[in-house]
Amino acid sequence: MSEWKFTIKEIAEKPELFMSGHRACAGCVPATVHRLVLKAARGPVIATHATGCIEVSSTIYPYTAWKIPWIHTAFENAAANASGIEAALRVLQRKGKIKNEHVDVIAFAGDGGTYDIGIQALSGAVERGHDFLYVLYDNEAYMNTGIQRSGGTPHGAWTTTSPAGKLIPGKPQFKKPIAEIMVAHEIPYVATASPYYWKDLITKVRKGLEVEGPAFLHIIAPCPRGWRFPSEKGIEISRIIVETCMFPLWEAIDEEYKLSPPSKAIALKPEKKKPVKEYLKIQGRFRHLFTLEHEHVIEELQRIIDKRWKRLLKKCGIA
Amino acid sequence: MTVVEQKVLAMSGDEAVAYAVKQSDVDVVAAYPITPQTIIVEKFSEYVHNGEVDTEFICVESEHSALTACLTAAAVGARAFTATASAGLALMHEILYVTSGCRAPVVMAVANRALSAPINIHCDHSDTMVERDSGWIQIYAENSQEAYDSIIQAFRIAEHPDILLPVMVGLDGFFLSHTLENVRILPDETVKGFLGNRKFPLVRNHEGKLVPFRLAPENPITIGPLDLYDYYFEHKRQQEEAMRRASEIIKQVHGEYANVGGRQYGDGLIETYHLEDAEIATICLGSTAGTVKTVVDELRSKGIKAGLLRIRTFRPLPVKEITVALKNVKAVGVMDRACSFGGFGGPVFHEIRHILYDAPVHPHVVNYIYGLGGRDMSYILINQIYRDLERILETNRVEKKVQFIGLRE
Repeated sequence: MSEWKFTIKEIAEKPELFMSGHRACAGCVPATVHRLVLKAARGPVIATHATGCIEVSSTIYPYTAWKIPWIHTAFENAAANASGIEAALRVLQRKGKIKNEHVDVIAFAGDGGTYDIGIQALSGAVERGHDFLYVLYDNEAYMNTGIQRSGGTPHGAWTTTSPAGKLIPGKPQFKKPIAEIMVAHEIPYVATASPYYWKDLITKVRKGLEVEGPAFLHIIAPCPRGWRFPSEKGIEISRIIVETCMFPLWEAIDEEYKLSPPSKAIALKPEKKKPVKEYLKIQGRFRHLFTLEHEHVIEELQRIIDKRWKRLLKKCGIA
Repeated sequence: MTVVEQKVLAMSGDEAVAYAVKQSDVDVVAAYPITPQTIIVEKFSEYVHNGEVDTEFICVESEHSALTACLTAAAVGARAFTATASAGLALMHEILYVTSGCRAPVVMAVANRALSAPINIHCDHSDTMVERDSGWIQIYAENSQEAYDSIIQAFRIAEHPDILLPVMVGLDGFFLSHTLENVRILPDETVKGFLGNRKFPLVRNHEGKLVPFRLAPENPITIGPLDLYDYYFEHKRQQEEAMRRASEIIKQVHGEYANVGGRQYGDGLIETYHLEDAEIATICLGSTAGTVKTVVDELRSKGIKAGLLRIRTFRPLPVKEITVALKNVKAVGVMDRACSFGGFGGPVFHEIRHILYDAPVHPHVVNYIYGLGGRDMSYILINQIYRDLERILETNRVEKKVQFIGLRE
């Protein structure tokens, strides 16, 4: 796969396909993520969206932030939306009923719409091999309904359905390894990305569009409201989550795992790996863990991060 | 136009539906197997795998995704079809509303089947009756021939630029879906000519430009936005307006089809049988009407003024037509193959009593709930209903307004 090369100027000059004027919160990283994703467009695109923050804040009738054809139907079916769009484009082009040009199909969904309610439609769509890119923008809880835990919420995090109680301090379970689950579907392209490393993110979007068949991109998308951090901190947090290896950056082309440069640098110099505490302390959702009583949760979280990092290094051939 | 010559094929209702879909130049079929619909997707898969159709057939992982994929395919501009039954339709429930709300002209066959629990694979109308308010046009076929004809008509109705509403065609599970019947088949080119290509009405996009109503890169539009208290209500009203317009379009399409195919089902909305001078009459949907007609013939031969009203189009409800058709009837027995637990009778009964509230002369209107879970509606039971109606007529008294018929009590 040859990599698309671009300059910051070229990206800046590319037309915005996700427009300003939407009603996302101040400091909303998911909104930035959408803008960046569409900067990688290589031609005509049709997008579809699961129900979620960006869906509701970008399409309040009669306004829309989308400069491209866009459809939302429900919460659990973003991948089924894409299946229908892709199949229709294919057959209508074949029959000469629409212009014969390649149209990229992108399905966007949050963590709720991917890890939980949408995983059936997603698994089915990639098993069938539809040619589309699925973008998971992961803000690690049901933010649209008011910060409830999802399968993507990290261990120990406070949410409104995993409160920091006296008995149970936050979410007892661990984050589901969704991207690895997608690799197990034997699809041609899976990657993780963070908006702090925007160039890496855009490159990965383009790769996902270029492969034939399904591609899955897992993008971490911090939420100031739900994670409890000041609205200017989102991009910084997008960096620290990678530096602590809580969210390593990698890609799997035809199931061959490869670390992306920011995480590769840590793999080569393990002393660069920051303790998870540095990531947790800047967010209110983990505040309750910094007590004598609940400190063990941080240790547990560190243990699972280290275990998963080790597993990833092994998959990348760095033992 | 003259009626075209047609070949006769022995087919089950499901096969007849699959054949109609094959001839309708459908672009996308997305479906999931469920008894008693499965033969439709099996037959259609054969057409795809033998290269007899140019269709993208998406073997989805659930009915929820089946309807979703049909919806978005239709939004891109495809002619889309799916088929289901019972639990499958129930799983689609959410997307039924989304499909009609997005004004996606999807056509679906439903092999009517009971809802669980207990699980039962046989016929009743619980599955589609539940969805009567979902914004879909509902047509119920009496036999496999009508199922075939109705599917072809459904595409014309759904895609009509003044309508743009999805259509479901019900065929009674097993009674029709699995029973062989002689079905007259239109020539391929006749169906093609009758349907034509999809047309796209112009809509105003967010920039104020008039563009075709479809997802196309050259004219981007946003479908399925967040729509709050300032616009949602108007959009729902537009759906209701489209439903109202649909009555005329259904009649018109049915009439045009009759000119080519030579077959008519009443006016396309309702079918009456010896109803003009009838004193007692039953009302039913679907395959039961066939048996009722035989009973009516016998009663007539004995000089009893019996009649039948079959509702073919349940949504939109042909209010005017039903009112006129029942104007001389003195006792009406409404047959419901579904139960509205805790309500006053079954769903068809609700509508009929409701319609007759404004009639100048109020007939007796009673309800017979029958045939749940595939229980046979026999000639004997139908006779029993007419005897009951005769008794009501003679005594001018109704003992039980709602009865369950043909079961152990």
